[in-house]
Amino acid sequence: MTTLDTAPVAVPAPAPARAVRAWRTLRSSRAAVIGLSVVAVHVLIALLAPLLTSYDPIANSAGEALLGPSAQHWAGTDQYGRDVLARVLYGGRYALGVSLTATLLTVALGTVIGCAAALRGGRFDNVLGRVLDAVLSVPAILSLLVVVTALGTGPSVIVLAIAVVYVPQVVRVVRGAALAVVPQDYVTAARARGEGTWAILRREILPNITDVVCVEFAMRASWVVLLISSLSFLGFGADPPTPDWGLMVAENRTAITVVPMASLAPIIALATLVVGLNLAADGLSKAWGVDRIREGS
Amino acid sequence: MLSFVTRRIAAALGTLLLASVLVFLAVQALPGDVATQVLGKDATPDAVAALRGQLGLDRPAWERYADWVGGALHGDFGTSLVSGKAVGGEVAAYLGNSALIALVTVLFAVTGSIVLGVLAGLYRDRWPDHLISTASLVGMSVPEFVVATVLVLCFSVALPWFPAVVLYGPEASVGQLLPAVWLPALSLAVVMAAYIVRMARTSVIDVMASEYVTTARLKGLSTWRVVTRHALPSALLPTLHVIALNVAWLVGGVAVVENVFNYPGVGKLLLSSVQNRDLPVIQAVALVSAVVYVTCNLAADLGAMALNPKLRTRGRTR
Repeated sequence: MTTLDTAPVAVPAPAPARAVRAWRTLRSSRAAVIGLSVVAVHVLIALLAPLLTSYDPIANSAGEALLGPSAQHWAGTDQYGRDVLARVLYGGRYALGVSLTATLLTVALGTVIGCAAALRGGRFDNVLGRVLDAVLSVPAILSLLVVVTALGTGPSVIVLAIAVVYVPQVVRVVRGAALAVVPQDYVTAARARGEGTWAILRREILPNITDVVCVEFAMRASWVVLLISSLSFLGFGADPPTPDWGLMVAENRTAITVVPMASLAPIIALATLVVGLNLAADGLSKAWGVDRIREGS
Repeated sequence: MLSFVTRRIAAALGTLLLASVLVFLAVQALPGDVATQVLGKDATPDAVAALRGQLGLDRPAWERYADWVGGALHGDFGTSLVSGKAVGGEVAAYLGNSALIALVTVLFAVTGSIVLGVLAGLYRDRWPDHLISTASLVGMSVPEFVVATVLVLCFSVALPWFPAVVLYGPEASVGQLLPAVWLPALSLAVVMAAYIVRMARTSVIDVMASEYVTTARLKGLSTWRVVTRHALPSALLPTLHVIALNVAWLVGGVAVVENVFNYPGVGKLLLSSVQNRDLPVIQAVALVSAVVYVTCNLAADLGAMALNPKLRTRGRTR
């Protein structure tokens, strides 16, 4: 009985910070942890490439062309005698650098436009929706090719081209998520206070759709990596002799019967990176309850 | 319901019109004057001016746009700058070959992925599900050219069953192309199926958890009957949309795979015309793919309406 009388008042635990909570849910998802680790390993390898191999990824050495895997060249050499493993390790720099920049730009632009469309509504929203539908109806690879043909094949052009292709899709997703936030009372209150569109967007809407934007980023990044590698494969992306996985497959597949490893190594690198990104996207969306249905491209 | 259908069709036409403007503007933005392209760098300014007049390039852009769209509606897409042939006929020949690949791909992908997706959904969190889900994740994570390269390694090099490259031009007959269709179609089907499998799995799981499926089970129906008669029709509804979107995606995917196999389809035509700056051909291919995309989406929406009475009534009350 006495225990009842003297029961200590429950001390409310201090609410963990937003970031801490997000981190905890993230750790509860095995897929997200594995996926993010795979991506992290790829980033590390790309950054530390010079320490991991003593070969120069672009130096030709005609005497050592098309060697199979050996103790000196773990993944063999290509038709110019370049070490395939070195090119795979350095290849992550182009793939990750261009893809992550392009995805950042795409998601940032798409988020701002999508939120603005949800907030403003009305004619702005309608016209925007129509234009985006039209952009989406032209195949992505064609828009990319047109931009690349017009402006050349530099990395900055590819980033721009990717933004042209994928911003409409991000806008759709973000607009949908933001539409659920806009009718909330706190947005109405902010409007009544006379705050500007930009302030409402940043302080009221963005914090509530962070999860959607993060999942969108991971998912979009996986598509961007695939698209950029396809572009390189077709000869419209990275210029030789840049070490790039898509380009390497295109170069080495002519000799696929002689040195299969020279084609397989970049394929494995590419596939693991994209599997990592996809796992991260899946895991995050499940852990955070982002109820999104993945659609085909 | 009728007004809903007409409104949907009108929206599709509007999208197409806008897309045609975008395509026209984008192609106009390509650097390099067509007349200079045709005559070469050493052409005299007079000759360039004369050709510009002859091609109508000195007229305002909107007039040329109207001409182009007007011609396109009659099947006249102008003349190819490279081959000198009518673009309409050329695109049609390549398009027919691509349609062959697309047909086989869709057959493979749709039947295979629906079976696998439904299986994964019914055996949720057991080994068939884990196997199928992992496979679809991998299928989703490799680009088409990788699948194509691996397939060539397996079925052209190790086991010489199928040709690795096509040696025929666009005029090849179906019989000549048929042996070469399987590997490209399979590469596309693997990537395409990965998305449909996931969608089918999710919707089967949703539907199997619904109350009417429980009711059907409680009535004592066999599992087979519950699945085929009660669960599948509604589970396939969202899948239908993904399939339509993927058919539209095929147009882009085909470009990569056709180049791997040197298959004379519309994707190969697109790439070579971009390389040669053959503007009329680029415009025609872009417009045709926009038509395919919009039609697929329209078909998916109308199909969803036919299958889902709720959408029909909503169309009526609105």
